[in-house]
Amino acid sequence: MAEFKRPLPEPTPETEHFWEGCRSGELRLQSCDECSKSYFPPRPFCPACGSRNVTVKTASGKATLYSYVINHRPRPDFGDEPHSIAVVELAEGPRMMTNIVDCPQTPEALVLDMPLEVTFEKASDTVSLPKFKPAGA
Amino acid sequence: MKQKSIAIVGAAETTELGKIPDMSQIALHADAALNAMADAGLKPSDIDGVATAGESPTETAHYLGITPKWVDGTSVGGCSFMLHVRHAAAAINEGLCSTVLITHAESGRSRVGARRFARSPQSLQGQFELPYGVTNPPTMFTIPVLRYMKEQGVTEEQLANVAVVQREWAAMNPRASFRDPITVDDVLNSRMIAYPFRLLMCCLVTDGGGALILTNADRAKDMPQKPVYILGTGESVETPMISQMEDFTSSKAFRVSGTQAFTEAGITHNDVDHLMIYDAFAHLPFYGLEDLGFCKPGEAADFIWERNTAPGGKLPLNTNGGGLSYMHSGMYGMYALQESVRQLRGSAPAQVDGAKISVSHGVGGMFGASGTIIFSNEAP
Repeated sequence: MAEFKRPLPEPTPETEHFWEGCRSGELRLQSCDECSKSYFPPRPFCPACGSRNVTVKTASGKATLYSYVINHRPRPDFGDEPHSIAVVELAEGPRMMTNIVDCPQTPEALVLDMPLEVTFEKASDTVSLPKFKPAGA
Repeated sequence: MKQKSIAIVGAAETTELGKIPDMSQIALHADAALNAMADAGLKPSDIDGVATAGESPTETAHYLGITPKWVDGTSVGGCSFMLHVRHAAAAINEGLCSTVLITHAESGRSRVGARRFARSPQSLQGQFELPYGVTNPPTMFTIPVLRYMKEQGVTEEQLANVAVVQREWAAMNPRASFRDPITVDDVLNSRMIAYPFRLLMCCLVTDGGGALILTNADRAKDMPQKPVYILGTGESVETPMISQMEDFTSSKAFRVSGTQAFTEAGITHNDVDHLMIYDAFAHLPFYGLEDLGFCKPGEAADFIWERNTAPGGKLPLNTNGGGLSYMHSGMYGMYALQESVRQLRGSAPAQVDGAKISVSHGVGGMFGASGTIIFSNEAP
């Protein structure tokens, strides 16, 4: 059987600032200098107005649980236990995919709109993944 | 597009559907294409336009011995064939070609000669979704549904009921993969795949294919099959990342595509006799019914529960049994189109009496793309 390689992100020049932030324990978003909207995923212009005048900033790390599934199919990289795959809504507005951790992986424990905060999981020497846990956990 | 200027004159699926381990994917394309040509009374040398997704049009044209002067390789997922129909109609009207063959086939189950699907770890999906386990349709397409259910007050029983009603249609179709009746409890007690989705809320994985042939309406009158005319068309895309869908309770691509098609067709929802909504998972008919305007937001689950889309209901939906019970080789849009054509020819196994207008609505790439085709069988 072929060895399963965990799918880890490979940064591009346009996303490197985000992954560099994660390595140092910082969730980074970009916002537009013209229309002041925050956006995600990273790109060197504002998807709302097209302006190239954008600034990288540190996000609060606060979010709420927007939607999710609990995967029950075995995954070589995640193990055999059911695990959440979730979309969170950041306090700054954008949404992002993540996993909810430090919490039972059950519908009872994972309640939509519950407050969350970011936590970083070291996945390799160069990659730390932003994950979210119940606020104050 | 000029209404009814173009017609479907050939339509067929592969000879077999389901498990076909003795045929490769490209051979399935050819099987469907040859069946559609026989249906239309045409030969490969009569075809001058080729559109396909999954395989490249180069591969399909060469394999079949066709020399096209128009090709379309639009590949935006399972609704690609709706987009091909739209593009082909425009191309024929513009005089770029006269007779277009659109093919789909996939060795989805047996994986013989199937293409490998891989996303780059440098793509936005590869960086920002894949690492969290969003690796296949059951963990991607399903992501918005809990938000939809909370916002619209929809229950797991109502989600399960979509599969129950579609099985009723499948029971009337000898070519459907699953035909035995099921109950809401059967669905809810089937194996958990990705909460809240159980096995019976997920589409099948099968082998098969289908093909369509289009030409102008004047020529269609002299061809062997009853012509099925194109009345309206629409298409759009939104995002390859499910997490970036603008609204988790509604697909922007569905709304744009559906509105274009209805505007072009110049019809109202009451004019529609038959509807196909690509159902890769049980929640898709909710989004389709609401985003196409058949139901108000949040009303589709009750609409299905009240049997409006069931056999005998006022809006027959997914009458072949759908991706949940008929078949799903990977890009199901082709089979939705095939069933619309069968219904308007009057040759469907679960025939809707007197059907004159059929809407075929497809999704691609897990809410990433959409295509809508409205058909009529009344001569221009």
